[in-house]
Amino acid sequence: MAAAIAETKGGPSRPSTYGSISRSRKRALVWSYFFLVLFAIFFLMPPIYMFITSLKTSQEISAATNPWWVFNPTLSNYVELLTSNQYLTFFKNSAIISIVVVTITMLVSVPAAFALARMKFWGSATLATGVFLTYLIPETLLFIPLFKTFAFVYEYTGIQLINNWWVLLVIYPTLTVPFCTWIMIGYFASIPKELDEAAIIDGASYFQTLTKIFIPVALPGIIAAMIFAFTVSWAQFLYPLAFTTSTDQLVLPVGIITTLIKGDVFNWGQIMTGALLGAAPPLIIYAFLMDYYIAGLTAGATKG
Amino acid sequence: MAQVTLRKVVKKYDDTLAVRGIDLDIADKEFVVLVGPSGCGKSTTLRMIAGLEEISDGDIAIGGTVVNDVPPKDRDIAMVFQNYALYPHMTVYENMSFGLRLKKVAKDEIKRRVENAARILDITELLARKPKQLSGGQRQRVAMGRAIVRDPKVFLFDEPLSNLDAKLRVQMRTEIKKVHQKVRTTTVYVTHDQVEAMTLADRVVVMNHGLIEQVGAPNDLYHAPKTKFVAGFIGSPAMNFIPCRLEENSGALTARMGEVSLPLPASRTERYKAHVGRDMLFGLRPEHMTERRPYANGQAQDFAVTVDVVEPMGMETLLYFRINGEEVSARVEPTSAVAAGEVMPLAADLAHMHLIDPKTDKVV
Repeated sequence: MAAAIAETKGGPSRPSTYGSISRSRKRALVWSYFFLVLFAIFFLMPPIYMFITSLKTSQEISAATNPWWVFNPTLSNYVELLTSNQYLTFFKNSAIISIVVVTITMLVSVPAAFALARMKFWGSATLATGVFLTYLIPETLLFIPLFKTFAFVYEYTGIQLINNWWVLLVIYPTLTVPFCTWIMIGYFASIPKELDEAAIIDGASYFQTLTKIFIPVALPGIIAAMIFAFTVSWAQFLYPLAFTTSTDQLVLPVGIITTLIKGDVFNWGQIMTGALLGAAPPLIIYAFLMDYYIAGLTAGATKG
Repeated sequence: MAQVTLRKVVKKYDDTLAVRGIDLDIADKEFVVLVGPSGCGKSTTLRMIAGLEEISDGDIAIGGTVVNDVPPKDRDIAMVFQNYALYPHMTVYENMSFGLRLKKVAKDEIKRRVENAARILDITELLARKPKQLSGGQRQRVAMGRAIVRDPKVFLFDEPLSNLDAKLRVQMRTEIKKVHQKVRTTTVYVTHDQVEAMTLADRVVVMNHGLIEQVGAPNDLYHAPKTKFVAGFIGSPAMNFIPCRLEENSGALTARMGEVSLPLPASRTERYKAHVGRDMLFGLRPEHMTERRPYANGQAQDFAVTVDVVEPMGMETLLYFRINGEEVSARVEPTSAVAAGEVMPLAADLAHMHLIDPKTDKVV
């Protein structure tokens, strides 16, 4: 009897699933796709427009034709930019600064996070909160005091910090180190305590525990922090605008607007091309490290 | 030679005393189990031996040297953790050899030792795998392997089986015992499971509230507990404690528990005499309350109870009933046909009884 019931239940004559989970799941999926497509269009519009504009000549840009269509595609914008020494200098400056800043940030924030997460010392909890609080101070509040400080340094030591691209190597970490340290504290805190205890008993020093256990285990978090630091320094606009002025010292975002906007003449074709090429490195890095980045983000989401 | 000696060891966290001055001598090659309820200080004690916790007061010596200020890596110990603590990014081989590589032991020697340990633990075919590809039991073996390859003076186990399911736990328990019989290293093992403690230990240390209640061989603790805590902690189901009044009738002692009254063996008269007329606790394990049958020692006393609950376990049946307001359990043969509400004649084997002074909680 029981077997017979089981058979009819599992049989093909199963009643359709009105109001069942699969139905509500389907509806949820439809809405998910609807909004995903909506947001994809919304966010992809600017880069697509940039791309379209970058293929046009100045005449076509200013002509009253359909702005979403290229009638006479040309690569002249690309050729001009990539053969101009200025643009390549901006690109090089940006690249060197970003790479060095990422390196400095990692060298500071990984050991700092390890110390704050694991070596319980007097005031470590307060210090960890303090690190995060410094991140909350907006850079717009800081550039004038920093300017004053640089003037002060020049007055007393004769070292000219203003209008040198390498000074950005000192300033950018003030933005990246606090946040990266904060991410890494959370990530390191999610590593079970027994792991470092096992390492200590195995004979590892603090430094070896960090390099041989913590860094490999927390690699997704470290990569997430690196991507963050890279993006911040690559896209930084205010500080380079304030602290560098000569064209050979400029970074990409500032360089594009200072050299391609001449008075009230906007060289839109080249501006769009420059911005598009400038957006490429972060995009490539994201694409390659996306899986790690997501793993890092979710780890941060579940653990303080 | 690696004895472990604890002298008046104290651990203080701010204002709370986790361990309140314990003395313990662990002999070379001995397997000692620290057992007790959570928060009794057993894990703290182990971590102090490992050097993961500082000692607030007292001395710990390993192999005759006081190690109070010696860092863990120089204490020549190995530890197995409850959650295995395997390095997730390393293979089993790398996990096991990590300590040796840090010590810069020669490659051939590392290989020899890892392979030897892998053979002992039967994990040779797992050496190339990563921890996440292993089951719980295999991870525990690797954790033990990591300890074995270091060939330490002392093994420390911190509740190593608590994360495993019941069946695997029994299997690994036997495994650990086998390993100890092979490598003969002094071992300190912490668990809250008294069955694990009894089955593994040469000597069991029962701890409670940061103090040692009793140290002894498993059977000694079972048969001759010194305190009510030990009597109740060791053995499952736990020992029955029934409030009783000790009465004297023309030289013979009787324990009166409500309507049940049991004449105590004559051999105990001397021991219990001082407590006549006082309210005491009568302690007897369920396995010493059975259906009536001929007892060789002649110290069984008959009584009868009304059964409240019957729990057939297969190899035995547990009966629950009340004596003097206290819930009491008894173990009878599974063939005993008894139902709840029936009156069951039982016999108490008083050779195994204990009398506890409720004021001091000590067994008299």
